[in-house]
Parts: sequence; structure tokens; C-alpha cells
Amino acid sequence: MSVAQAEIEKIAELARIRIADSEISTVTERISSILEMVDQMQAVNTAAVEPMANPLDASQRLRADKVTESDQREQFQQLAPLVEDGLYLVPRVID
Amino acid sequence: MQHASVASLLAGLRAGEFSSEEITCDYLSRISEHEGQLNAFITLTSEQALEQARAADQQRAAGQAGALAGIPLVHKDIFCTSGTRTSCGSRMLDNFVPPYDATVVSRLRQAGVVMLGKTNMDEFAMGSSTESSYYGATRNPWDTESVPGGSSGGSAVVVAAGFAPAATGTDTGGSIRQPAALCGISGIKPTYGRVSRLGMVAFASSLDQAGPLARTAQDCALLLSAMAGYDPADSTSAQRDAEDFSAGLEQAISGLKIGIPAEYFSAGLDSGIAAVIQTSLKEFAQRGAILVDISLPHTALSVPAYYVIAPAEASTNLSRYDGVRYGYRCEDPADLHDLYTRTREEGFGAEVKRRILVGTYALSAGYYDAYYRKAQQIRRLIQQDFVQAFTDVDVIMGPTTPHPAWKLGAKSNDPVAMYLEDIYTLGINLAGLPAMSVPAGFCSGMPVGLQLIGNYFAESKLLNIAHQYQQWTDWHQRTPTLPAAA
Repeated sequence: MSVAQAEIEKIAELARIRIADSEISTVTERISSILEMVDQMQAVNTAAVEPMANPLDASQRLRADKVTESDQREQFQQLAPLVEDGLYLVPRVID
Repeated sequence: MQHASVASLLAGLRAGEFSSEEITCDYLSRISEHEGQLNAFITLTSEQALEQARAADQQRAAGQAGALAGIPLVHKDIFCTSGTRTSCGSRMLDNFVPPYDATVVSRLRQAGVVMLGKTNMDEFAMGSSTESSYYGATRNPWDTESVPGGSSGGSAVVVAAGFAPAATGTDTGGSIRQPAALCGISGIKPTYGRVSRLGMVAFASSLDQAGPLARTAQDCALLLSAMAGYDPADSTSAQRDAEDFSAGLEQAISGLKIGIPAEYFSAGLDSGIAAVIQTSLKEFAQRGAILVDISLPHTALSVPAYYVIAPAEASTNLSRYDGVRYGYRCEDPADLHDLYTRTREEGFGAEVKRRILVGTYALSAGYYDAYYRKAQQIRRLIQQDFVQAFTDVDVIMGPTTPHPAWKLGAKSNDPVAMYLEDIYTLGINLAGLPAMSVPAGFCSGMPVGLQLIGNYFAESKLLNIAHQYQQWTDWHQRTPTLPAAA
């Protein structure tokens, strides 16, 4: 199925990816070609088929609710682009 | 020496014929001579490698050598390595130095391996040619104008070019088997859950699985024995006891029932590859195996189902790259929205963005049932095809890829053409089964891979069959002649 450019713009906004104006038509065209290929699925009757999320049909394991990790905050903060007083900095959200 | 197997190097190290430091130096000098033509590495760790090699030699002298002590190895740059940059082939992680080791890395380190470096790959493992890396394309040593396959292309090239005897890789839709096939080496994707995913940068969590690439099935068995095993820190790790995958290598294969899926030999398969695979199958039959015609009727649907499920999971996993906690951040963001959208525009390459967008689309309101749920239902049908087949046969065989390695750039502008190259490997990931590729001959001068698909947790059987095949063939011993360094 082919997708309208406006729809790609909406999806890009949901995915928080900026697409330059000069690229939007190429991106739309390539994604349309992928979705056309994917549409082969619609010809198959799957009414009675149970969806499969995990290849071993495993469910999430639970563990005891106790602390197993040590505090590595300082080490993790060293990886961040911008920190101050142990906080991650982003542009001001509320004036 | 540069094309020696892990098994023979271990024998030489044990017998004191050479030290780990000596062979590590030899590999490093071969790398420095030829890496410029192949671009197999993102990061070389020569200094650390020599330190690790000397440590391995000391451990061996002290009688404390691990199972793989002193064996040089490379890791795909998707595995977190404490203190060594782990880029995943992306600008997004170009500056990321992990604070911990992936379980695969720590297990192999405990076994005594020497890490020579981190290998090139398609960005976030999304690709079949190793051309989408931020660090440039890797080239196939059999023809440096051709792709090596992907996404573990750097790892496959390292082994094929004799830069190291072994490598780690990951396989979400064929990313170990396909580059192994295109570069003329052996590689195994284990059953989903067999090898821990902890510290492996996530792409599609219900499909991702790590495994080894090496010259021989015997070497794959040695490496997998060290890599595999239950890891409580990976919630999808299979709760199974450790296994010695080398133990059953010598079992006879007479009476083996080999399923031959009609769908893997239909239109779209290169006639040269078909001929190579038919020859291999005949050889199995001559040695007492029984060839059984089978059908995997939903094979063609594995491409659309995969290209919904994998992008959907990727769009979720890659939402973590937001320019805040680690990785790339755009310059001078005007506001928070600009920070997110521009960081992701600039940090991700074209293919990764395409997959995030396709995945976001498939999961968005109004499309979930038509795409994501539908793909999961088809995934079940694909799995049932295999389950049905394994009620009658011990192993399934066919080609790993429909074509030999193609020229650099030939499919770069046509994502769907690139996706169709994965037709014989995707279904195995969707079903979660183990499979491997072994060298089986040549087509137009380029290597061809024979794919062996096993039942759940039947890695020992696969490795046994592949090892036996490598007793009567020498395709795994063929090596490319590298052009003289410029």
C-alpha cells in the first residue's frame, strides 16, 4: 500500500525523528515500497491463529523483589552528554 | 598459521610450539598489512591484546589455562566491552564506552581468549551487506569490489582473511549465517535463548541471538561451549544446563533423515548455487543419509512477517537513544523536542531510520491488528511448518542465500531487494530454531553456503553433521588471496 507524505510526517513525529524537506519524498517512496511488500500478509487467512510473541512461547520470569544491583550512578553519569549535580540536563521545558 | 583452526592453535599452545603472544603478534601484523583494503574493524585493541596474550601464556605456564586460553578472537561491535568503545556501527554510539562487559564477552574472557578488536557491522545490525555502517563498508576478501554480507560482515571477513581464527556475531534474520556463506566460513546461530543477550545492543529482542563464526564446525563447537548457558540477567535466557558441543562431533551420520524444502529451491535461487547445494546433498546420500522432500509452505511470508516484527521491536528498543543519558547529542538544541528529533535525525543512518518509521507505523493506532498482530500470526504458521517437518526429519538442508555476494552499492538504493536476500534465513529466526552455514563450494568464483537447520536445542546435532561434512570436503580450507597492500 502506498502511503501519503503527510502520513510519513505524522509517523516521523511519533518516532521523534526529524526528516529534512529535501528527503521526505524519497523516504515516503522507500517506505511505501516496504509496506507494499509487507501487504502480501493480508492475503493469508489467520482468523484462528494464535499470535506468537516469543519463539519458545516463554512467559516473563519473576525474581525475588530484592536489590541485586550496586549504585553506579557516578559511572553512568560520566556517559551522559550533559550533567550537573547528579542530574541529566536537557533544554528548559518550563519557564 | 593465519588460516589455522582454533583447535589446531589450541593444540600448538598446549604443546608449547608457540606462545599466545607470538600468534597474537602475527595476526596483528597481518591486520596492519591488509586491513586498509577490507575495513573489517571499527576499533583495534592491539595493546590490550598483547597484554591479554601474555597473561594467557602465564596462566598456561602456571597450569591454570581456560578452555580457550591464548586464542585470538574479535567481537562484533554490538557486544559491550568494558572500557572499549562499542559503537554498533552507528554515529549514535560513536562515543559510547560501556561500563560493563556483555555476558558473551565475559564468558569468553574467562575461557582465556585474547580480544584483537571490535568488528564492523551494519548500523545496529540492520542490513545484509555491512554497507550501512557509519564507519564505511567492509569489503569481501574474495573480491574487494563485493559485499561480505551482513550484518556481522566485519566478523566474517576477519575469519576469512586470516585476521583471527574466530569471531563473535549476532543473527536476528541471518546476520551470522549469510556473511559466513558469502565469505566462505562456518557460523552458527543457536536456538533463541541459548546464548545470553545481556550487553548485546538490542535490535529485535524476540529474534536476536549471538553465536560464533570460525573456519570449521569443530571450532564453532569449541566457541559455543564457552559462550552458551543460562544467564539470570537475561530474562529470555533458556534455563538449560551447560553443554559440551564438541562431545558428539564424531557420531556417524548414516541413517540421518535430511529434509529438503521445495520452497528453498524455487524460482529466485541462482542456478550456480542450486548446483552446489545439490552436489552436497548427493554426497550426504552417498554416505547413508536419507533425503526426504518436505514443504515449508509459508516460507515466502517470512519476509513480510519479519519486516514488520523486527522493525516494530527495533522502533521500541531504539527509542532509548534520545541524546540525554548516553550517546550522540545534537549541537545547540532549541528545546527538548528539537533535542530529540535532531539527535535522532543526525545520529541514525538512513536504513535505521526507515526501520524505526516502518515499526512505528506498524504499531500505531489503527494499524496494529493489520500489521503487528497479523505478522505474529504468520510467525506462528511459519513455526508450525518447521515443527511439522521435524516430526519426520532430523535436519533440514538448503542454500543459506539465493545469490552469491553482490557488488558494493548494487542493492543500496532498493531496500526491498536487499530484504529478499534473507528469504532462506528469516524464517529460522521467527521460529527461534538453531541453524548454521558451512562452505559448500563456489559460484562465479564466490563462496556458497550450505544451510543446516535443526530442531530446538539441537546445536550438537547440527555441529556433528557439519563436522562430518567437513571430513570429506575441503571447502572450509579454501582461502582467498588478498591483493598486495597498496
